[in-house]
Amino acid sequence: MENLLSIITFLPLVAAAILALFLRGDDGAARRNAKWLALLATSATFLISLFLLTGFDPADTGFQFVEEYDWILGLKYKMGVDGISVLFVLLTTFLMPVTIAACWDVEVRVKDYMIAFLVLETLMLGVFCALDLVLFYLFFEAGLIPMFLIIGIWGGKERIYAAFKFFLYTFLGSVLMLVAMIAMYLDAGTTDITQLLRHSFASETLNIAGFQILGGLQTLLFVAFFASFAVKMPMWPVHTWLPDAHVQAPTAGSVVLAAILLKMGGYGFLRFSLPMFPVASDMLAPLVFWLSAIAIVYTSLVALAQNDMKKLIAYSSVAHMGYVTMGIFAANQQGVEGAIFQMLSHGFISGALFLCVGVIYDRLHTREIDAYGGLVNRMPAYALVFMFFTMANVGLPGTSGFIGEFLTLAGIFQVNTWVAAVATSGVILSAAYALWLYRRVVFGDLIKESLRSITDMTAREKAIFAPLIAMTLLLGIYPSLVTDITGPSVASLVSGYQAALPATAATQIALQ
Amino acid sequence: MTSDFQIVLPEVIIAVCAMATLMFGVTTGKDKTASLLVWMTSGLFVLMAVWIGAGGDGARSAFGGMFIDDPFARFAKVTILLSAAAVLAMGRDYMQRRDLLRFEYPVLVALAVVGMMLMVSAGDLMTLYMGLELQSLALYVIAALRRDSVKSTEAGLKYFMLGALSSGMLLYGASLVYGFAGTTLFSGILSTLSGEVPLGLLFGLVFVLSGLAFKISAAPFHMWTPDVYEGAPTPVTAFLATAPKVAAMALFGRVVHDAFGAIPGDWGQVVAALAVASMFLGAVAAIGQRDIKRLMAYSSISHMGFALMGLASGTAGGVQAMLIYMAIYVTMNIGTFAFILSMEKDGRPVTSIDSLNMYSRREPLRALALLVLMFSLAGVPPTVGFFGKLYVLKAAVEGGMAWLAVLGVVASVIGAFYYLRIVFYMYFGKDGDRLDGPMPAVQWVLLVGSAAVMLIGIVNLFGIEATAAVAAQTLVR
Repeated sequence: MENLLSIITFLPLVAAAILALFLRGDDGAARRNAKWLALLATSATFLISLFLLTGFDPADTGFQFVEEYDWILGLKYKMGVDGISVLFVLLTTFLMPVTIAACWDVEVRVKDYMIAFLVLETLMLGVFCALDLVLFYLFFEAGLIPMFLIIGIWGGKERIYAAFKFFLYTFLGSVLMLVAMIAMYLDAGTTDITQLLRHSFASETLNIAGFQILGGLQTLLFVAFFASFAVKMPMWPVHTWLPDAHVQAPTAGSVVLAAILLKMGGYGFLRFSLPMFPVASDMLAPLVFWLSAIAIVYTSLVALAQNDMKKLIAYSSVAHMGYVTMGIFAANQQGVEGAIFQMLSHGFISGALFLCVGVIYDRLHTREIDAYGGLVNRMPAYALVFMFFTMANVGLPGTSGFIGEFLTLAGIFQVNTWVAAVATSGVILSAAYALWLYRRVVFGDLIKESLRSITDMTAREKAIFAPLIAMTLLLGIYPSLVTDITGPSVASLVSGYQAALPATAATQIALQ
Repeated sequence: MTSDFQIVLPEVIIAVCAMATLMFGVTTGKDKTASLLVWMTSGLFVLMAVWIGAGGDGARSAFGGMFIDDPFARFAKVTILLSAAAVLAMGRDYMQRRDLLRFEYPVLVALAVVGMMLMVSAGDLMTLYMGLELQSLALYVIAALRRDSVKSTEAGLKYFMLGALSSGMLLYGASLVYGFAGTTLFSGILSTLSGEVPLGLLFGLVFVLSGLAFKISAAPFHMWTPDVYEGAPTPVTAFLATAPKVAAMALFGRVVHDAFGAIPGDWGQVVAALAVASMFLGAVAAIGQRDIKRLMAYSSISHMGFALMGLASGTAGGVQAMLIYMAIYVTMNIGTFAFILSMEKDGRPVTSIDSLNMYSRREPLRALALLVLMFSLAGVPPTVGFFGKLYVLKAAVEGGMAWLAVLGVVASVIGAFYYLRIVFYMYFGKDGDRLDGPMPAVQWVLLVGSAAVMLIGIVNLFGIEATAAVAAQTLVR
């Protein structure tokens, strides 16, 4: 199994190629075949990816399952995972069958839809496995194409605007990263991420056209990477593409976007910004803290004012990603582990919340909160599932949401108490908007005429939610499942980061 | 003397064949044989490309250094010949159905190609000018091939007037260079450039570069491009967008390195300024275009800016990047024009992009191929177009021009918008007027083939990286 990562990454692509080349026609049978093949391929990918878990040695902080081949331009095709990335690979493979199952009712251009998702899965997996700068960029950027099509073809009324905004926003962010990557290559002489992690980039103050740039090259590189990851994450104030994209995307597209694509930003910070540019990260961390704190409070308030369910959850995603960035740049064990945990947990919870919206949207074809009310009378099972994920989103102890928020807040508290205090208020605000949403949609009397005949969840819909509920509970009750795997890698990341800082800065942190 | 002729044999063969074709066409059934002549010329190009590509390595020169045959020239020649062959073959059907297929067409294309081959092999300002004019005169005529159409004749005339102006500038610059350097040989000019460079020589350099910038349609010398692209018959537009661009760009590289390689700081700035202007003008001006041929004109202006970015760095890596970029650019354009040639409704050619409405539903495979080409033109991974951009960006950063690279990526984001709009019409649009033209096999093969190349090429770029590296090293010493 020495090519395990490549097999996992490209299996969905092979399935997409089979669909594209051999499946003809657009009748009911062809549609059914497309769906089943996609489900089969993603499930097989998930099962194969479980070998990663069995073969993975958490104590080893280096990269495992490494594959390496020469490529053009002196680049390498190099794949590998460590304690930080392996769980993202599993998150992706786990969520894709769920996503495919969630778009079972789509009837428009089904074959193309399945191909888009399969290609997207390959690209997302590639991002988490790539160990070469350009290979990483290739996967990172190429993911825009299928998502652009998913939003643009199968999206809602304003889908064109949303698709263009999504594409151009994220494209601008990532091309700046490309220039930084070239600069890194010229500085270090390699694009191999494992070697770049050992390379220390110059941090002496530079003077460019009369401007003093503290942190020198590291700051410039950091800013370029930040432009890309902050947009992807998304951080306030560059989050504005997300609500549009989410609202217009079809349900399955929203799930993938919230649950996996957003995690690429956080993963990028962990893989590049923190270990490769420690001096710049340390210098700019306060900025990131305050941007995160503003994101948490501000977007929570914005979420309170929304009438559109998907928009509300999208803003709540931005707020939750605020915890992630905060935890990452706290750069201590709790903070970083909490950030990873929060990302995984948010993957399950936000995905499930978008699916919850999808369930009622399929029945009533509106996302207006005011169009609903009293659903508990007709849809008891739905009310239960929705309640569970609302609570998980709020961060109720016993669900995975709690662990992530708690760990990141504990991490940030040791570094910057004020930010921690502001961010904690976000917990209350998230309870406010989430519970209020729940009350308006589910509770109350069923007075709306259109809701009289609404039906409860079908067996298929229940089956989709079951694994998500299981994972949210499992991680909430037994978080060591995650931290045992991430722990050693995070510890080595954090100690390497602290060691790279100039002596003064390091002691300051030690004193705090 | 015999060995001199051996070196220029490919050019001689094509020229003789062109003459023979002309005679044959005049004496026999005139335009009835044109179809056959197109195929023969196209085949001859491929044959010559294989011969030049396979034959010999190392650098040779003929006629006292006026003609240079080195890996750089061979790389450019193979690209020119193959693209010319592809364009000829795919345009045949279009020309025939519109009664445009005269036997002069392949003859003129062959003569233009000889001019281009001379250009890329030029080792002297005289050869340069002769090659350039031979190419240009042939192109002026074929741009106006549809003589009963006002737009086509306007295109030909406009092209001729502005082309003559640029030739004048080039000649003026060449005479200044000759006056101050005392020789027209590139190697001779290079050897005089030591110590203080006379101002007159720099003036001459700038004029020569301006003249060449006209030919590659770099901003601010781009004005003719959109009108000529729009007015000329589509197969001619496809030809204008491919082979002559490669030739002029290679000539540009040849002049700045062979003749002025000792003063890269002086021309590097000029080239960088041209690059920035072209990238941004091409990206911004194309946004308002609704005609796909005009859009491709602005797109090519923008692409020339990127290729110039490689040259601006003044390194061997930069020349390599430029050559690879041009090879990729040509492949993408052939595929895209193969598609544009097939755009028609009720037998009339259509060029407005909103006629692509929901094209993907009717022709999924062709739409997919065009989608790949559009993303490749925009430089989005995982397409080969991305690697073209990566090469020139790398060259720019390597040459200490990181600012140029940053401006380049900003321009590429702006440019992505209009390529996306074509995708938007094909995939998200509303059902409207339908394109109903058939697609001849040649066009289909070139469209799908170049799209496949754009995807499969990321494995190893079909090995052109090493060839281009060798070519670049012979130029930059």
